[in-house]
Amino acid sequence: MNPQEYIELVFTDYTLRTITIGTAVLGAICGMLGSFAVLRKQSLLGDAISHAALPGIAIAFLIIKTKNSSAFLLGALISGLIGTFWIRGIIKKTHLKSDTALGLILSLFFGFGMLLLTYIQKMPNANQAGLESYLFGQAATLLESDVWLMVIVTGISLIVLLLFWKELKLLLFDPDYTKTLGFNTKFLDILITSFIVVAIVLGLQTVGVVLMSAMLLAPAAAARQWTNNLAVMVILAAIFGAFSGILGTAISASQNNLSTGPVIVLVAAVFVVFSFLFSPGRGLLFREIRFRKNRNDLQLHKTLSFMYNIAKTHEDISHPHAIRILNNFQGFTRKSLQKLEDKDFVKIQGTMWSMTTKGYHAAANLYNQLLKQEDE
Amino acid sequence: MSSAQIEIQLIASLVAIACAIPGTFLVLRKMALITDAISHSILPGIVIGFFITHDLSSPLLIVMAAASGVLTVILVEFIQKTGLVKEDTAIGLVFPVLFSIGIILISKNANDVHLDVDAVLLGELAFAPFDRLFIKDIDLGPKSLWVIGTILIITVGLLFTFFKELKVSTFDAGLASALGLSPMVMHYGLMTVSSVTTVGAFDAVGAILVIALMIAPAATAYLLTNDLKKMLVLAITFGVGSAILGYWMAHALDASISGSMTTVLGLLFLLVYLFAPEKGLLSVLYRQRQQRIEVSLLTFLLHLANHEEKEERHVQHLNEHINWQKVQATSVLNLALKNNMITIDNNIVSLTDKGQHFTKEAIDYIITNKNSEIEHMKDRFFLFRG
Repeated sequence: MNPQEYIELVFTDYTLRTITIGTAVLGAICGMLGSFAVLRKQSLLGDAISHAALPGIAIAFLIIKTKNSSAFLLGALISGLIGTFWIRGIIKKTHLKSDTALGLILSLFFGFGMLLLTYIQKMPNANQAGLESYLFGQAATLLESDVWLMVIVTGISLIVLLLFWKELKLLLFDPDYTKTLGFNTKFLDILITSFIVVAIVLGLQTVGVVLMSAMLLAPAAAARQWTNNLAVMVILAAIFGAFSGILGTAISASQNNLSTGPVIVLVAAVFVVFSFLFSPGRGLLFREIRFRKNRNDLQLHKTLSFMYNIAKTHEDISHPHAIRILNNFQGFTRKSLQKLEDKDFVKIQGTMWSMTTKGYHAAANLYNQLLKQEDE
Repeated sequence: MSSAQIEIQLIASLVAIACAIPGTFLVLRKMALITDAISHSILPGIVIGFFITHDLSSPLLIVMAAASGVLTVILVEFIQKTGLVKEDTAIGLVFPVLFSIGIILISKNANDVHLDVDAVLLGELAFAPFDRLFIKDIDLGPKSLWVIGTILIITVGLLFTFFKELKVSTFDAGLASALGLSPMVMHYGLMTVSSVTTVGAFDAVGAILVIALMIAPAATAYLLTNDLKKMLVLAITFGVGSAILGYWMAHALDASISGSMTTVLGLLFLLVYLFAPEKGLLSVLYRQRQQRIEVSLLTFLLHLANHEEKEERHVQHLNEHINWQKVQATSVLNLALKNNMITIDNNIVSLTDKGQHFTKEAIDYIITNKNSEIEHMKDRFFLFRG
């Protein structure tokens, strides 16, 4: 199937269209709210909450005895919130650290959820089939009503984000200052955490409990590399998330036996790796290039100052000297000498070098911060 | 009890002990979440090992899985070192990716792999006794018993050999390297032991219970003691206790054994979290209330010491002046009276000799010893605490 046919199919096929829109919207909202989670150092909260939501789903089923995705969402939301607040309680009131608290809640809630699920499976009720799809997610089970729900929640969270933008931004970067300005930090904190929980719960059906944390983190971590501006980061993360959803759905739809959730996560991971390597400001590639360039500049300066110290002892600064006396310890290479000549700092004649007046002045002022160096 | 039941409980208990030992150190080193990452990311290792050998019980699977566990740790540390994202984000990025690769490998080859993601993630202890080890047709007991037993013996051996080194490098990495104990070796050693334990335990109890068994007993024990040896013993006791209790609960409910073991661990933690002496939630809240009142008392006494004039020392006036609620004002006044710090004469409050002595020392303390504890002083002066 070529891409053009696929795009046509997206517009004509109901299931494919629903899944594509669903995963795109999910990716966008996760990227948006994930940015806050990443910047607040709550990256793994997503992992903990998505696991903690499981008992809620099971209890919701035990109460209403049928499958109903909005009831499940509500159950997941409640148990996710309980998990979140318990984590905060553990961190605030005991000396256990956040990693222990997260791991505890994650495994204990999930284990309890599994107990309930296996208990439900033994019950004489045929309706329970499909509850496991929440473990690994099944994008194929998305209905149009689910997608509408996602769109509505995304809309609401967008409005709330815009309304409280200034406060949330301040809280993110300087909580103490926010408090002194008289904002209710507790309320803001709960607000943003609750929205993160909502986003996670929405994604459970599509990508499942285990992979949900990557949905939340990966777009935000990728977006972080390209900008230092919160607004740009949130928008970029939303775009990355949406594209991971669309591309992941496309790849998994074009192959047999390829579940959507893991593919979306891998696509998002590709975004992350690409950003880590190639982002101009922070990326590893450009950092290495900058590092090399700085090292070369430093070597050049060292050679120049060594030459300066020799030239200083002569009355005529342009008195020629043998290249031999510049040794490797001073960072001298054929290339750097060539560079110095290109800059018109030295003249080279055969095996002799001599300093120009320009080079002499540059070397004399090499460590003088007040004069801006033109060679940088 | 049938022999299968005894065997299941034995396996569960051994797993609990094998997990509690590295778990204690992980919790103390603030690396609890690395178990979460390892337990998920061993999946591709197992799948690849299975593709090579086509045998689910081959030891190569354990080797491959342990290798992918260590790979996770290395990847996480590499990403952390680049400084591009925070540590927890690095963990959160690495393991879902590895897990996804594992799932995709399974689902692409679903037809010829008898490997079930559910089983990997959740484990089924009930089937463990049926997978038995035979040497020349002699029944040597369940295979997982041997696997986890070997891991446990190695872990215990390492623990006794390197206890001192582990202790020092856990609590003071700087001192450890100054003494030439190489915290790096301890770190990677612990990581390897954790990976191997996770792998050995997961096919008996599943990936999630491994996390629970590593973190929960250690965290519960940490709320009860500050002594490393006591913490280890307590963690092992909690682990084994909830393994056995959990088994019988699963038996009664006819539900997943690993799920109910985790639930028992959860209940145990909840209980200790609420009621632990000194570090439990209730005693923390009680202590906070007590300290709030005692600070108020101190402020109140200092106020009295600063004012000779009668109108400043009137009971009514104190209500408005220090801006206290009525209840708080009453309880502070009562506490001061009980401790013989003040006398109330005709609604005028004045300091007693003891009160004056106390305020004088308190001022000295506030001015000079900022870092030492005021608790000793309170112990000397207070007959009744807030």
